[in-house]
Amino acid sequence: MPFTTTKSAFWAGVRDGAPFIFVAGPFALLFGVIATEAGLSVFEVMTFSIVVIAGAAQFTALQLMQDEAPTVIVLISALAVNLRVAMYSAALTPYLGRAPLWQRACAAYLLVDQSYALSHAKFEADGSMSVPQRMAYYFGTCLLVLIVWFGGSYAGAAIGTTLPVGLPLDFALPIAFLSMVAPMMRTLPHLIAAGVAVVVALLAVGIPYSLGLIVAGTAGMMAGAQAELWLKADPMLPADEDRQ
Amino acid sequence: MDKGTLWVVIFGLGVGSFLLRFAFLGFVGDRPLPAWLVRHLRYTAVAILPALVAPLVVYSGEGGSTDPTRLGAARVTLAVGIWTRNVFAAIGAGAGTLFLLVYLLG
Repeated sequence: MPFTTTKSAFWAGVRDGAPFIFVAGPFALLFGVIATEAGLSVFEVMTFSIVVIAGAAQFTALQLMQDEAPTVIVLISALAVNLRVAMYSAALTPYLGRAPLWQRACAAYLLVDQSYALSHAKFEADGSMSVPQRMAYYFGTCLLVLIVWFGGSYAGAAIGTTLPVGLPLDFALPIAFLSMVAPMMRTLPHLIAAGVAVVVALLAVGIPYSLGLIVAGTAGMMAGAQAELWLKADPMLPADEDRQ
Repeated sequence: MDKGTLWVVIFGLGVGSFLLRFAFLGFVGDRPLPAWLVRHLRYTAVAILPALVAPLVVYSGEGGSTDPTRLGAARVTLAVGIWTRNVFAAIGAGAGTLFLLVYLLG
């Protein structure tokens, strides 16, 4: 059904974004708790969440700072975890690229998994939307996620200051990372990328300045990309060379 | 944790993340990306996160040994996550396993 106003497009975005509060909320809460346990004040937790808005990158930075990695390694690793938003940016540009610059700047700040996934699917399916309607829909998808992200971080930070000592919270971050990674194992190249990254990371743990992480991550990326190429080429190969 | 470092990381990450998000929307327009770049970008998170977590699991004990409670919790988290594709089922199962094993093994 085509939208008649930008307002109705905005509220459609809000509606479609609603289920994602159950995804963003618990992560924000967990970030607040873990960051407070790591020694951040409520103000620092909130600034972190407002300035960065990127769950996995925030967790990565927190872990590496606790490991006392050099600042530049913390930044490179956390940004690498967040590289996918550059892909999202690229994917949305054909639909939003003609909007005014200030709107695109706001949209960039709010670009997260949820706003990308919902908006891209919507714009692809509904070719009749105007650029202002698309922008309105996009901002609509961000509204609840944003409220929940900030609110959850605050609640988590508040809870974190009251938790009893002696909980095995040192392992909360690894569990959070594993739970984020597990659903990403969609294809064989994803599995190969992760497997190579794990092996290299374990071997490279002695490399100073936490550079082992960068080395392992790069090796994993290259392995995944190469595996994708080989597997795509598969149907072109004779059947007996297909299976190895 | 050093507070000076913390603020550098917060604002460095903020600026860096914004630039990543703005890169194409703002600067590039709708020119297509080279295929090899997109192909590598697809595997960044799936490579970096396991690389980050693997040493934390395997060298979780004292002096670089493996702590069986942490290893057990990690295995359960991963298995439930792959099986259910549900982040929260995985976190719940992993945390539950960790508490249980810490309680049982002391």
